[in-house]
Amino acid sequence: MITLTLKAEPGVPLEAEALSPDVVANLSHEKVRALPMFLGKRQVRVDEFFEVDGDGSDEIEIRGDCGKVKWLGRGMTRGRLIVAGNAGMHLGAYMKGGTIEVSGNASDWVGGEMSGGLIRVGGNAGGQVGAAYRGSRTGMTGGTIGIGGSAGLEVGMRMKRGTIAIRGKVKDFAGIEMKGGTLIVGGAELRTGAWMQRGTIVSLTPIPLLPTFAYACSYNPAFLRLYAPQLAPLGISIPFEPTDGSYLLHTGDVAVSEKGEILVWQPRAS
Amino acid sequence: MLRITGGRVYDPANGIHGEVKDISISGGSIVAAVEGPGVRTIDATGMVVFPGGVDVHTHVAGAAINFARAMTPEDHRTAAKFIHSPVTRAGAGGATPTTFATGYLYAGMGYTTVNEAAVPVLSARHTHEELRDTPIVDKSCCVLMANNEILLDLLEQGEVERARDVVAWLVWAAKGYGVKAVNPGGVAAWKWGKDAKILSQPVEGYQKVTPAVIIAQLAAIVDGLNLPHPLHLHCNNLGAPGNFTTTLETMKVLEGHRAHMAHLQFHAYGGEDWGSLSSEASKIAEYFNAHPNLTADAGAILFGNSVTITADGPWQHLLYQLTGRKWGNLDVENETGCGIVPYTYKGGNVVNAVQWAVGLELLLLIQDPWRIFLTTDHPNGACFWRYPEIVHLLMNADFRRERVMKLPAKALQRTVLADLDREYSLAEIATITSAGPARALGLPRKGHLGPGADADVTIYNDDPDREAMFRGPRYVLKGGEVVVEEGDIKKVVEGREFIVQPSFDKSVEDYLRPLFEDYYTVTFDNYPVEVERLEGADIRKLDIS
Repeated sequence: MITLTLKAEPGVPLEAEALSPDVVANLSHEKVRALPMFLGKRQVRVDEFFEVDGDGSDEIEIRGDCGKVKWLGRGMTRGRLIVAGNAGMHLGAYMKGGTIEVSGNASDWVGGEMSGGLIRVGGNAGGQVGAAYRGSRTGMTGGTIGIGGSAGLEVGMRMKRGTIAIRGKVKDFAGIEMKGGTLIVGGAELRTGAWMQRGTIVSLTPIPLLPTFAYACSYNPAFLRLYAPQLAPLGISIPFEPTDGSYLLHTGDVAVSEKGEILVWQPRAS
Repeated sequence: MLRITGGRVYDPANGIHGEVKDISISGGSIVAAVEGPGVRTIDATGMVVFPGGVDVHTHVAGAAINFARAMTPEDHRTAAKFIHSPVTRAGAGGATPTTFATGYLYAGMGYTTVNEAAVPVLSARHTHEELRDTPIVDKSCCVLMANNEILLDLLEQGEVERARDVVAWLVWAAKGYGVKAVNPGGVAAWKWGKDAKILSQPVEGYQKVTPAVIIAQLAAIVDGLNLPHPLHLHCNNLGAPGNFTTTLETMKVLEGHRAHMAHLQFHAYGGEDWGSLSSEASKIAEYFNAHPNLTADAGAILFGNSVTITADGPWQHLLYQLTGRKWGNLDVENETGCGIVPYTYKGGNVVNAVQWAVGLELLLLIQDPWRIFLTTDHPNGACFWRYPEIVHLLMNADFRRERVMKLPAKALQRTVLADLDREYSLAEIATITSAGPARALGLPRKGHLGPGADADVTIYNDDPDREAMFRGPRYVLKGGEVVVEEGDIKKVVEGREFIVQPSFDKSVEDYLRPLFEDYYTVTFDNYPVEVERLEGADIRKLDIS
């Protein structure tokens, strides 16, 4: 285990893709301290901003308010990255494997275009969780993201595979242009699933639906019974028992295809 | 003063095919000999010496490519990066390289002259600004004409004399070098939601003007104005199954005139629909071989990501519908249009596999290397920095066959590439990448190493891996200065811009001025590009024959 403690919050965003198990694992204490990061356009060393404790390891713990530290765990394929505090934009972007755990909040683009691994954020996340970067055709293609709080705009934009589970509410355009995968939200604002081609959006509370989604039926999908125990360790519980209620299935977006689905939980009237 | 010694020189324009010979350089030009103590020497023993490459058809500057750059941030994220250094500016490579990177990439591959093949007059100023920021290489550009409504109106009224003056005036207004025709009549028809697919059928909005009329008249005007480069023609029906008949008809219309057929690969398809698309490269090549008034560039495709950009708006709308990907559409007032669609050519896709074969077939079946040139219609078929891959395919029949055998079986049945054994020699490669395009562009100081030529010289290691050889020249000299050494940019020089000033009757401005006031968003006086705006302008005045 190597521990990095932020000395002072950077004035401008600090680009820290070096802080990933793949980079750090086999490096000595000295070499980790000397790793390059960019503060704006200026190249700096890790130890200018972090107290470093321990040698390189597959397990990294970062302490302090890293809300302005970007690209933590970028493209990581293995190991464990723990952020005790907040994390900045692009946390775990392009990630392929391993685990990231954040106790505080994370900013935008958590797991942007990730293809594998697990990201768990205890607090809130910004927008574009698991989304495609601007211009890209596909967002996340695998892995799991769990958010304990709420999230922002365009969550799961163009995602193709994998699972995003968000306990709280998300803002507009959740699952926009979604191509596959599963997006579970505690609730959502406007235009959820706009232009979605395939995939599943599950909302645990009623949400406003676009007129291009058509009601199909009410049922209790078997797959959610299987998902539930997987999601429980992320702190997200989803109902699935017919005795508790059922899901209203809406298909769409008929503006582009009818193969996407939005499931909205309806508790049984007691 | 500089002497390159001991290299095997390929200078097809001067009949030199691999002789060991010294090349002497003084004052930026090739000279017969240099003497004295101040002469520096580059020892090229065991190396291969070519005249600097010349790209006859590429899209590197102006509104369309810039729109494509803006549309594809995802490509820039993964593209080769050019980091700011004391020598170079920052930039990105990829499918649509940025301006400075374009200069570095061309020079890094041994190319020293490029022709931007499609410039609307309305965005000519923008084009020249970007060309100015495209370092090292010399540049020229072709001005889009075949859908200019002022011109089409004149042809409708039979006012050929005045049409000639308008063409000459427009070339000079754009500070262009040649005349480009894209889908003649088709882009004008696109403004009505239509296309022009039949050469003999009047263009939407006209009674008499047909694509054939536009092609024949423009070719005659270009010849009459004595432009050094013939009409640069993108035929009707680009990319469509069965379009080879249109191409053959077009070539017949051009009889008696010079013409350059752009990206011929996109115009040599048989079949009736996408399911039956096949190669008709042999029919095209057969006709082409027998008609020395024509030159062509291959417009070959390579598998991988590209961005298609063309003034051919209707085709791009179709491509957008086929792919479901991003689509950009630009309307350039009364002059032309433009469409942009990112595209991925896939080896497993039968249509793409046929296209890949057609490009190579044309390069192999057209016998005279002085009339067919290496291009990918950058960025449409592939990025220009991938030319060395095509050189390898042309020079090594075994390697090519190995690749051909990986094509889908259906594509093999619809192409003849597997049966072609021809291998290009180094002399032929020097012809299709430098000597031939320089001659077709009418640039007497380019594409050869005789006395009086610009000292644009590329020196390669004689690597049996031809792709590696042509990807990373040992030295590249531009105007006598070493700009590239072992793949690194050593020095950045500014390129020139070749511009022609055809003669026209000044009174044509009295005719054009009121039309501008009625139909254009810019005033007549603000329309032409000012000479003072250009850096390194090399202006050639032309007389009417």
